[in-house]
Amino acid sequence: MSESIAVPAAGAAEATPTGPVVEAHELTRRYGEGDTAVDALRGVSLEVARGKLTAVMGPSGSGKSTLMHILAALDIPTSGYVVLAGTRLGGLSDTEITKLRRKHIGFVFQFFNLLPMLTAEENVLLPLTIAGKKPDKEWFDGLLKTVGLDDRRDHRPAELSGGQQQRVAIARALVSQPTVVFADEPTGNLDSKTSEEILDLLRQSVDSYGQTTMMVTHDPRAAAIADRILFLADGLIVRDLPRSEPSAVIAAMDELSQD
Amino acid sequence: MLAVSLKGLATRKFRASLTAIAIVLGVAMISGTYVLTDTINNGFDTIFTQSYKNADVVVSGKPAFLNTNGNGVEPPSFSESLLPKIRALPGVAVAAGSVQSDQVRLLKKNGKIVSTGGAPPLGFSIDPRYNQFNPTVLTAGTWPLGPGQVAIDNHTASENGYRVGDSIGVEANSPARPFRITGIAKFAGINSTGGATFALFAPETAQKLFGKVGQLDYIRIQSKAGVSKSQLISEIKPLLPSTATVRDVQAQVKEDRKSLGGFIDFLRYALLAFAFVALFVGSFVIANTLSITIAQRTREFATLRTIGASRRQVLWAVVLEALIVGFVASVVGLFLGLGLAKILNKLFVAVGIDLPQGNTVFATRTIVVSLVVGTLITLIASLRPARRATRVPPIAAVREGSVLPVSRWAKYGPVTSLVVLLVAIGLVCFGALASGIATGPRLLAIGLGVLLLFFGVSMNAAKIVRPLAAVLGAPARSIGGAPGILARDNAMRNPARTASTASALMIGLALVTFVAIFGQGLRASFEDAVNKLFIADYAVTSNTAFVPMSAAVGKGLVGKPGIEVVSPIRAGSAKFLGSVHDVSAVDAQVPKVIHLDWKQGSDSIPGRLGTTGFFTSSKFAKSNDLHVGSRVVFQFPSGKTVTVNLLGTYDEPKGGSPFGDAVLSTTLFDANISQPQDQMVLINSPGGVNSANTTTLDNDLQGFADAKLQTRSEFITNSEKPINRLLNLLYVLLALSVIVSLFGIVNTLVLTVFERTRELGMLRAVGMTRRQTRMMIRYESIVTALMGAALGIAVGTFLGALIVHALSSQGLVFSYPVLTIFYFVVAAIFVGVLAAIVPARRAARLNVLEALQYE
Repeated sequence: MSESIAVPAAGAAEATPTGPVVEAHELTRRYGEGDTAVDALRGVSLEVARGKLTAVMGPSGSGKSTLMHILAALDIPTSGYVVLAGTRLGGLSDTEITKLRRKHIGFVFQFFNLLPMLTAEENVLLPLTIAGKKPDKEWFDGLLKTVGLDDRRDHRPAELSGGQQQRVAIARALVSQPTVVFADEPTGNLDSKTSEEILDLLRQSVDSYGQTTMMVTHDPRAAAIADRILFLADGLIVRDLPRSEPSAVIAAMDELSQD
Repeated sequence: MLAVSLKGLATRKFRASLTAIAIVLGVAMISGTYVLTDTINNGFDTIFTQSYKNADVVVSGKPAFLNTNGNGVEPPSFSESLLPKIRALPGVAVAAGSVQSDQVRLLKKNGKIVSTGGAPPLGFSIDPRYNQFNPTVLTAGTWPLGPGQVAIDNHTASENGYRVGDSIGVEANSPARPFRITGIAKFAGINSTGGATFALFAPETAQKLFGKVGQLDYIRIQSKAGVSKSQLISEIKPLLPSTATVRDVQAQVKEDRKSLGGFIDFLRYALLAFAFVALFVGSFVIANTLSITIAQRTREFATLRTIGASRRQVLWAVVLEALIVGFVASVVGLFLGLGLAKILNKLFVAVGIDLPQGNTVFATRTIVVSLVVGTLITLIASLRPARRATRVPPIAAVREGSVLPVSRWAKYGPVTSLVVLLVAIGLVCFGALASGIATGPRLLAIGLGVLLLFFGVSMNAAKIVRPLAAVLGAPARSIGGAPGILARDNAMRNPARTASTASALMIGLALVTFVAIFGQGLRASFEDAVNKLFIADYAVTSNTAFVPMSAAVGKGLVGKPGIEVVSPIRAGSAKFLGSVHDVSAVDAQVPKVIHLDWKQGSDSIPGRLGTTGFFTSSKFAKSNDLHVGSRVVFQFPSGKTVTVNLLGTYDEPKGGSPFGDAVLSTTLFDANISQPQDQMVLINSPGGVNSANTTTLDNDLQGFADAKLQTRSEFITNSEKPINRLLNLLYVLLALSVIVSLFGIVNTLVLTVFERTRELGMLRAVGMTRRQTRMMIRYESIVTALMGAALGIAVGTFLGALIVHALSSQGLVFSYPVLTIFYFVVAAIFVGVLAAIVPARRAARLNVLEALQYE
């Protein structure tokens, strides 16, 4: 079903191809009120670079998920703001955000979130179907080959392994060539061998498609594929590492938990 | 999106079909109603058309007026001397005369009458020389030609084992006489004449038997080639007496149809009302099921939103799903209706409404209405849940156990639901109690109020779920132990869900409770009236108490042994004061058998009526501004008029009286009405009611197979039979909505079990047995059903008490049918047990390990 949403195109990003894709300015997020209030974020500013894979790491309760939800326009900051693909989030109508999601955002979830009644191919195509677009056949076939689903097109999620389901999910996130893909603990529900394959795939999507990706994880091996690793603790960015080996990530994590 | 909806339904077949059942049943009722009433109409049309086959114009008796809602009007016969005059006309090719009666009772081999339910026992003359006009065809034997010969309908023959050559008793206007069966016949082109029997005789035999010697009821005429119907009619008209008329066949068929009054239309609308109730309940079930499913699919909708679906697309996905379910369910219901029509007809036959059946009619209108209404109701029911689905925030895709945000109207919820309830109660009370408003707006106010009342109670029900579950669940706790306690708590934990599941059952139970109270009120007031009026020892009525019998019965009793007083109450119709009324006639003896509470006059009045007097109820006199001495002109069906004086008035008991709007003397009545009939004949015996008198009177009535002797209490029981049968019919029809709500409970429980998979696995893991698991689900089901019963009985009692109070001036008395209500509660428990079967089995079957891993 196609639908045209009449809002000004939010894609000012194309005008500045070299600038950051996502910028966060002094984000805070407070849940609840009064004595029981919890500050999940306490002033986070960052930039996500174009064509790079950025990882956000941190222990449970560090605020890393909250940060990603806010960057992806799923949640609203208590103060501060986000600029995504040149558009300042906040104050946008539901329709405008929908339009923004269609064009600029792809999601990879921890629990895959595939629609059980659709085949792998239909799941991958869904974002385009919803936006009323037709896929470019060649690009689509190439994408399925890249994620290794070429021979699983007609399988339903229930007939696929966890790793295969996550491949479908990654293909779905990539299919509309969004400005940024947000991956929320993409290996959190997978065994270590499968995790490795999925991480390779994510890395590959950055390398071969130049796909800007932001990943939240608490798995050091996952973080080790990133071009940049941000460490979050108690709602603040406490470390900022360039690409590192897993051992270095683990060491950084250990340091944090000793503080 | 269409693909998403379709494929989603395909993977949820079981749940989708459970939802669909709610609509299937209601639509089947709509389609069944149309099929049945169309088929009945077709049956009547065929009979009426067949009756004049090959005729161009028809001469028939012309009553001065019709009375289709009361005692009915027998068209007057005309002299047979008309026939040769018509035959002599230049435009006439063939003309044949016939007589007809609807008082020709056939006797079974054991001497009892063949029951026709409420349908007429018909008799016709058949002249084989003019067989082109004969509406019947022989299935065996030959046409009756001489005295003592009869042909009977094939249904009576096969039901009672009669064959050609047998002797059969025939009773018409005089004691039964034996006839030889020469043939078995049937109406051409119809499947059943319903309860009606028919007997065919040679013309002179029929005239004698029907008391119409030298007279005719119909002349069927074929015109010569080239003579138009209107030409023929204008030739015939000058020859006719004032009591006869001539019509072309189409007009005559139309006229005959009028004799049915609006009965079939009434039947249709009444049945459609029940279909509507079932669909209304169905819409509750669908709305509830969809809300639960949508809550369970929160993550799916949220995911759709994160990958770019707009709110409108989510709305469409849900609505589309409902549309598909609604449409498929309507198609299934439509065809199920064909079968239901047969079941409904059996039901009607069982309560004594046996109507003719033509060939099954499956009209385009039936298809269109069934599909449109079924689909539309599903669509409307889906709107609210669909709107809820659009409020699922995208972030729910990444959060475990995310709940739907409350609507921005939610804070007004409690106030709105209270206001709805109060407005509903106000509307119902206004409709029922306000004085001086017309019937239309009154019924509208009540109808709208009741509809709103159901919504109002259901909206407020969630608030009383907890206390109600605590009370109703108490037995579950003591009987069921741990599973009982869990079941009660489960019923309380999502009050809105339990409330709306119970509300569906509430509607059905409220209506049956209302019917029970109303019926009880009718019976109580009727009994009260009979006890006040009936001072005779015995009454004689026809077998079907409400159908009058030939006056010959009462006349035949005069002077017989065991009789001290015999006094008939005739029933007929007359036109006076500008409209048609039921009238009665009595003789001087009536004060000895009926106690009349005279307002003006005394017990001497019946004896003084003569040919110039009448009396009436004080109420009728008042509303028509009549006073003792008022002169009123009565017109009888024959067209004759008489002027009579009002001699006295009596106070009618609230429960009604056996009299029509005016009471004449039998002398005046019999002189003006051609085939006088009695509502009842009342008898006093020397020494009152005793078994010796009963035996003697039964002997006196030998030969009148249709006459039934009864004491006062027997008379009450017999007269209440039709009321009771009607009540049973209403219960059965309302049972349909109860069944729909049963599926609602099944739906909720199945979805609940699905939702609590992990929890059930945990309970099993800590030692709950399969049996206990089943018990837990069953108790929850029973608690929900009892909640529906409690709400329904409360609403029904309120409505019943209100309407009975509003009609108290008509003699309705409020009397609580305790036993019946008790049965309803038992039925509700049964519904609960039944509804739990499938969900309980599903819950017990869960594999503990898989259930615990279930995500």
